[in-house]
This record gives sequence, C-alpha cells and structure tokens, in this order.
Amino acid sequence: MSSSGQGEGLGVLDSQERERFEQLVLPHLDAAFNLARWLLRSRADAEDVAQEAMLRAYRFFNGFHGGDARAWLLQIVRNTCYTWLEKNRPLEMKTEFDEELHVQPGPTPESLAIASDNRERLTRALETLPARFREVLVLRELEGCSYKEIAAITAIPIGTVMSALSRARHRLQQALSQRAPQEASREL
Amino acid sequence: MSCEHSNTVLHGYLDGELDAARALEFERHLESCPECLAALEAQETLRSALQRAQLYETAPVALRRKIRASLPALRPVAFSFRWPLVRWVSLAAVALLVAFVGWRMIRNYGVENQYQAAEMVDAHLRSLQAGHLTDVASTDQHTVKPWFDGKLDFSPPVRDFANDGFPLQGGRLDVLHGRTIAALVYGRRKHVVNVFVWPTSERDAAPRSGSHLGYQWVDWRQGGMEFCAISDTSAADLDQLQRLISQ
Repeated sequence: MSSSGQGEGLGVLDSQERERFEQLVLPHLDAAFNLARWLLRSRADAEDVAQEAMLRAYRFFNGFHGGDARAWLLQIVRNTCYTWLEKNRPLEMKTEFDEELHVQPGPTPESLAIASDNRERLTRALETLPARFREVLVLRELEGCSYKEIAAITAIPIGTVMSALSRARHRLQQALSQRAPQEASREL
Repeated sequence: MSCEHSNTVLHGYLDGELDAARALEFERHLESCPECLAALEAQETLRSALQRAQLYETAPVALRRKIRASLPALRPVAFSFRWPLVRWVSLAAVALLVAFVGWRMIRNYGVENQYQAAEMVDAHLRSLQAGHLTDVASTDQHTVKPWFDGKLDFSPPVRDFANDGFPLQGGRLDVLHGRTIAALVYGRRKHVVNVFVWPTSERDAAPRSGSHLGYQWVDWRQGGMEFCAISDTSAADLDQLQRLISQ
C-alpha cells in the first residue's frame, strides 16, 4: 500500500490542490451540466456524463496550468459527451453530416418572432440541430462564451467560429420555421 | 440571393467580436443594405427569444453533493503508520494545541469556522430547493426592507445592485444557532447569491473568504452586523458584491 507512490501521482490530489480544484473548477458545474444536457438532450444522461467529466477533470487537474478553468472543464465535458454518444447512440452520430440536405430560404422576422416565442418549440428546434451546431449555439447564447473560448472548447479554428455560428443560427431559424406550420394546424 | 455579409460579418457584429474598425465598416454597410438590416433584426429577435425562454439548465443540487462525495479521497497517510508511538503522541498534542488555538481564533472570526461555513452552505443549499429561496420576492429594496420589520430584532441593510450586475431578488428568514437571521437573495447571471446578515457585538472585521463543498463564501463584520455571502459563482464575483454592500 505504502509503496505505491507512483500510482498515486495521477488522480489523487493533495489537500491544497483539491481546495484549488474546488475553487476553480467545481463552481462551473452548472456550465458543465448545461452543455451536457444540450449535447445529450437528456437531463438524466447529462447528470451521469457531467459527473464523469468532473471526475475526469479532477484526475487530470495536475495538467491544468491556470487560465480559463471554465473553458478547460467544458472541453473535457464536450469530449466526454461525444465519447458517450458514440458508445450509446452510434446512429445519432452518423446523421450529423446531412447538414446541406435541406437548404431553404430563411423565414421572415415576423414568422420567426411567432415561432420562437415558445420555450418548448425553441427547445425542440435546438434539439433537432446536429450536435456541432447545437454546441456552438449553447456556448454562445446560453453560456455567453467568447469566440476564443468557443474555439478552445470545440477545437475548431477561431477563424471559423463566426461562420459556424452563422450556419448554426441559420439552421435554427429553419428548424423554427418548419415547426411553425405543423403547430399552427394542430392548434386549429 | 442574400448579401454575403449576412452570413459572416453580421454574426461577428451581433456577438460584439469585431474590432472597432470592422464594426464601423459594417455599420456603414447596414445603411445601404436592407437585406443585412433585416437579417440583423431577425438575429436579434432570435437571440432575445433564446434569452427569454431561459433554456439554461442548472445542475441539480444532489449532483453537486454526489460529485463532491465521489472526489477521490485525500492522499492517504499510509506511510505514517510506521511512526513510533511517541511521534503519534506528540502529533496528537500538536493537533490538540492547534485545535484549541484555532477554536479561540474562530470565536473571534465568525464564519472562518469551517462548521459555520458548512452551516451557511447548508442554508444556501436549502434555499435553492423549490419554493425556499425567498419569503418575499421583490426586486424593490423598498418592498424587501419593510418586510423584515417586526420579524427581526434588527434591521438589515437592503439595497439593490442591479446596475452592478447583482439584481436583488428578495429576502427570507433563516435560522443560525437558534437565532433568526436575515437572508438577502441576489442574482448573478445564472447564479444565486445568499447574503446572510445578523447582529454582532464584535468589532468590525475585514472580509475573509473561503470555499466549502465548491461554494464560495465571504464573511465580514461592519457596523454591528455580521455578513456572510455564499454562492457557486466565482470568488471574484463575491468580492465585488462584498464591496458593493460594504460601501
């Protein structure tokens, strides 16, 4: 037991480091949970994955050399989510690449205003987007991340964050306008 | 066909990510491009709808506890089992001394006491459970302050700091060591800050801070009151609120 000095190096932090982890990383649990919830589209799965990601962050905390703790944690959360999705929902990952299939003109501001004024409808529209569009929207609109942070978290070059957001927003508008007629006819 | 700017620069502009020169250039472009103007308007509509819908989902309180409990234990002190008895005895003596001195200091420094910090964090956690956050929900300090009258034997200072990013959300009564104390609730982005206030006969003391279960706390005494602010927001945020309250 006492001779396993090397094995303890990874994963067990001394109390000072643990305190640092609790001050720097643990407060971002909400951000971790929120990103996981939107990537996995499930609160229950997000709880498991956020926990797993947090423990992973704890194990690798020695590798965190200061800087933006939230971005560092969210990067781990994102990777943990994709690993989880590949393992548990492989089909979902395959349908990620049909993004150019339905190119339609964007909706008018009026129809958009009506369609988006509904939490449930927005949630569903956001959930129909491919995960890599969903994640930039969640990071930007819900988490308030800068382009630099988004680039660090998602590993896309900073120069393409703007166009990724542009396409994601376009897709969200489409998803909202596609929903709208259905909803309207159901309500009649 | 849409203007090429509406798919690129417009988003950088919307997100405040353009430098001043490019932002100005785009604003000039907007004056002559009704298409971009309409697209910008649509994007702003979408953004405010996303904000209004409050899609941000915060972690359940139980998850925070679970994670904290499952963090691997501190480095084991297994090597010390080989210590001879005499060292154990001297260690115990030192520990006792430290505990005693610490206890004396703690009596002087309020929440520095980990137990008290733990109690405050528990009170904070309780407040986050459904329906417990505020007894009087109002963003108006002139509603919250009178509400405390007659419920407490002291009058906590109630001010709104919405302009500084800490909107007042309401107030609540809580209990600490069998005494009824005031809890002021502030918002900080998606986070909730509880500021507990109770009277003290001790002298003023500069703010002290720490963390417990991943929650930050700041404790200070001023003008016969002890304050303890607790939240899962950053330590810097709490320091800012502390300065606002003590101004």
